[in-house]
Amino acid sequence: MKFERKTKISTAIPTASLPDIIFMLLIFFMVATVFKQFSGLKVSLPDAELVKKIPGSKRHVVTIWIDKNNQVVCDDYKVDNVINLRNVLYEKRVKDPQMIIAMKVDKEAPMGIVNEVEQEARKANALRINYSAIPGVL
Amino acid sequence: MLLGKRKKVSVDIPMASLPDIVFLLLIFFLVTTTIDAEKGLDLVLPPPDATEQEIAKKNLINLLVNAAGDVLLDGELVEIRDITRIIKERIQDSPLLVVSLKTDKQTRYDVYIDVIDRLKKAWGDRPARISIAEPEEN
Repeated sequence: MKFERKTKISTAIPTASLPDIIFMLLIFFMVATVFKQFSGLKVSLPDAELVKKIPGSKRHVVTIWIDKNNQVVCDDYKVDNVINLRNVLYEKRVKDPQMIIAMKVDKEAPMGIVNEVEQEARKANALRINYSAIPGVL
Repeated sequence: MLLGKRKKVSVDIPMASLPDIVFLLLIFFLVTTTIDAEKGLDLVLPPPDATEQEIAKKNLINLLVNAAGDVLLDGELVEIRDITRIIKERIQDSPLLVVSLKTDKQTRYDVYIDVIDRLKKAWGDRPARISIAEPEEN
């Protein structure tokens, strides 16, 4: 048995709008990209169950790294004396009132240094903090 | 004087390679974008010393964590895994409960995060009322 096609339908995909679609994607990625990545210190984060995404844009996040050898780094600034942190955080908060501090602290770090950093953050009136953690189960 | 045009030069910009250029840009932004949202436990630090506020004694729980990871809840030694249950019961009695968390200088950070995680669990969806107490000088 032989079938014959009744109509001839063109099977070509219209590619005229392809550049427009790519442009849309390009604009999305351009807007979503934040060119601010500091490598900071090498830390192994603790895990916690009730982790939440940091609200708002990454642009408002200031990251403080603390490793197990009591080294402190705030964004691109290596903090030698914790007292200096107060001015650094204060200036950042004046520039951006919505600032959130992300604390990336090593599991084995002692709380002494963490408390000192927190006290400096309080004095700089930077009160919103977020302890970075890996989602896990208690 | 007659200054006739010698040749007709085409002034069109070639558009055939536009999609290719846009594709290259798109791939560049795709590669540089990091979509991984930072996750963690959020907390609001108590405001600086000037704005201390009084809390009724029955609404306050003192939680101490020592260097060995032992937890002292209002003077009673408790297991870390019991914190959620105990605090939950206390919240039902007094909804305005505030937990004051104090750690030793040598307390490990992962124990601290574990305690905060369990405290937040006791409050569930409501905002947790945790206060980080200033460590005493020893």
